[in-house]
Amino acid sequence: MEQVTNLPNKKLEETSLAEELRSPAKKLIRIEQRGRIYTLLSAWILIITLFSLLFFITSKGIMPFIHGEITLQNFFSTHWGPTSAEPGGPFFGSINFILGSLMVTLLSALISAPLGIGAAIFMTEISPKFGRKILQPAIEILVGIPSVVYGFIGLTLIVPFIRNTTGSIGFSLLAGVIVLSVMILPTIVSMSVDTIQSIPQSLREGSYALGATRWQTISRLLVRTSLPGLMTGVILGMARAFGEALAVQMVIGNSPNLPFQLMKPISTLTSVITLNMGNTVQGTPYNSVLWSMALILLLMTLFFILLIRLMTQRGKQG
Amino acid sequence: MLKKVIGIGSILALTIGSLIGCSGQGSTQGQLTGNLTSVGSTAMQPVVEELAKDFMSKNTGVQVTVQGGGSGQGLSAAMNDTADIGNSDVFAEEKDKIDPKKVTDHKVFVVGMGPVVNKEVGIDQLTQDQLIKIFTGKITNWKDIGGKDQKIVLVNRPESSGTRATFAKWALNGAKEFRGQGGIEEDSSGTVKKIVSETPGAIGYLAFSYFDDKVKPLKLDGVEPTNENVYTNKWKIWAYEHMYTNNNGKKKEIEEAFIKHILTPEVQTGVVSKLGYIPVTEMKVDRDAAGNIKNK
Repeated sequence: MEQVTNLPNKKLEETSLAEELRSPAKKLIRIEQRGRIYTLLSAWILIITLFSLLFFITSKGIMPFIHGEITLQNFFSTHWGPTSAEPGGPFFGSINFILGSLMVTLLSALISAPLGIGAAIFMTEISPKFGRKILQPAIEILVGIPSVVYGFIGLTLIVPFIRNTTGSIGFSLLAGVIVLSVMILPTIVSMSVDTIQSIPQSLREGSYALGATRWQTISRLLVRTSLPGLMTGVILGMARAFGEALAVQMVIGNSPNLPFQLMKPISTLTSVITLNMGNTVQGTPYNSVLWSMALILLLMTLFFILLIRLMTQRGKQG
Repeated sequence: MLKKVIGIGSILALTIGSLIGCSGQGSTQGQLTGNLTSVGSTAMQPVVEELAKDFMSKNTGVQVTVQGGGSGQGLSAAMNDTADIGNSDVFAEEKDKIDPKKVTDHKVFVVGMGPVVNKEVGIDQLTQDQLIKIFTGKITNWKDIGGKDQKIVLVNRPESSGTRATFAKWALNGAKEFRGQGGIEEDSSGTVKKIVSETPGAIGYLAFSYFDDKVKPLKLDGVEPTNENVYTNKWKIWAYEHMYTNNNGKKKEIEEAFIKHILTPEVQTGVVSKLGYIPVTEMKVDRDAAGNIKNK
C-alpha cells in the first residue's frame, strides 16, 4: 500500500518511462488480484457452507426413512409417542407440529401484515417527519430485541392475561400468535417503507394532477404498484415466524395437540426440536425424527425464499 | 521490509516464550495439569459448575469446562470420547444406542423429586393411586379427591427428559403419562415452577432443590419428600446423577481426581447439600440400573 502511494513522487527518467508506467501497473494488478482472490474465497466459503448444510440436514433428515426405522406413514400421522410401549409404537407422528408451525405463522402474518403495511403508509405518505423521527427508531429498536425477551414478556404478561380473561390455562396458540405478530411487525414495516419510498414522486404528482385525493392515491396507486414489495415483506416476516423457536416455545405450552383451537396449548416443529434435542441420543429414531423435522423446516424456508424471488421478479417486470 | 522482519521476529519470540511457559507449567512436581471437559445434563450443570470451581481452586493447574446439552448428549459424548466426562440423569443402560461397556459410571450425588401443586388447590397429600389417576387423566378435577372445584392442569416434561423418566418410573409405577388435551410441556425446572405457582389447578414435578413457598410439595402415601426419607428409600422418587467417563483411560488421572474430590464428605455435605441435592454418601440403600434396591 505504502509503495503505491509513494509512486507519484518517484523521479521518472525519460528512457524508462514506458517501463515505469508498466511496473506500477504490475503492482496494482497484484493488489487487484489479491482483492479478487479474497472476495472469491469469501464467496466460495459461503457457498460451500450453505451446500454442506443443505447436504447434512437432508441426509440426516431422510436417514430414518431409508433405514426403515420410521415409515413415512408413521411420520405423517397425528400420533406422537416416541417412547410409547403400546402395540405399533413408538409413534413419530409429526403432522400436528407441522400444522402447528404453519398455523402460528399464518395467523401472526394475518395480524401483522395489515398493521405493518398501514404503519408503513403512515410513515411514508401521511406523516413522514413523525415517521422518520419517532417510528423509524422505534422499529429499529423492535428489530434489535432478542427473541428470548419477547418470550419472557409473553410468559409474564400475555399468558396470565389470556388466563385471566378466558379462564383457560393461558399457554395457547393465541399466546404464540400474539408474541410472533409483534416480533415480525418490524420486518414487515421496514420492507414496506423501503418499497413505498422507492415509488417515483412523479407517479404521485400525476395522480394528484388528475384530481385524486390522497387516500385514492394511496389505495389505488401506491399500494398496487408496491404490492410485490409489500408481499415480500410479509413473506420475510412469515419466514422469521416459522423459524422462531425460543419465544414461541415459552408461551405455546408444547402439547402435541392439533392446532385448531386458539385457547389450547400446541407444539411447533421448532419447539419439539429444541425441547428434545439435548435429551436424546444421536442415532436413535427419537433423535433422527428431530432431524427429519429440521429438514421440513429447511424445505419450508426454501419455499418462502422461492416465493420471495418470484414476487420480486414479477415486481421488476411490472 | 523492516516491518515484516519485526513482525515475524515478534511472533517467533512469542511462540518460543509461550512454549517455554507451557513446559514450565507442566513440570511442576505432584501437581495435576490439563483440561477437563464435562458435558451433559442441564439439571446437573449448576452443581457441576460449582464443583468444578471448588476443584480448580485446589488444583490450580487444571481447567475444568462445564457445558450443558442434555443427558443424551452427555452420554454420547462420553461414549464417543468427545468430552472427558458425560453428565447424565439416567443410567447408560436406560438409553438406546449407548454401549454401557464403553463407559464407567460414577454416581456423584442424588436428586430427590416430588409432585408439586399450585397452593390454591387445597390438597397437601395424595396416595400413589390418586397420583397415577391424575397423570393418566382419570381424575380431572381437584374436588374428586377433596380439593377445590378446579380443573387439573398437568405440567409435564418432554418425553425424552430424564426427570420425566424418573417420575414415570417411581411415582407412576411406569404408567405412561397422560398427554394431549390441556397439558403443558416444559423442559426447564424454573419454568415448571413458575407455571405451577401461577396457574390455578396446576400439578407438576420438581427436584427438591426447586421446592420453596411458591409451590406446594405433596406428601405421597403419608411420606414427606425429605432427604432423610430418600436415604432409606421411604421416598421412592429419586435418581442418581451420573458422571460417565470413557474406558480408554485417557486423562484418567485428572478425571479420577475430580470425581474423588466430589465424593469426599466435605464436598458432599458442603456444595452438594447447599445447592439442594442429596449426598450420595449418606444413602442407606443402593439401586441398580434395573431398579433393584439393596441395603448397603
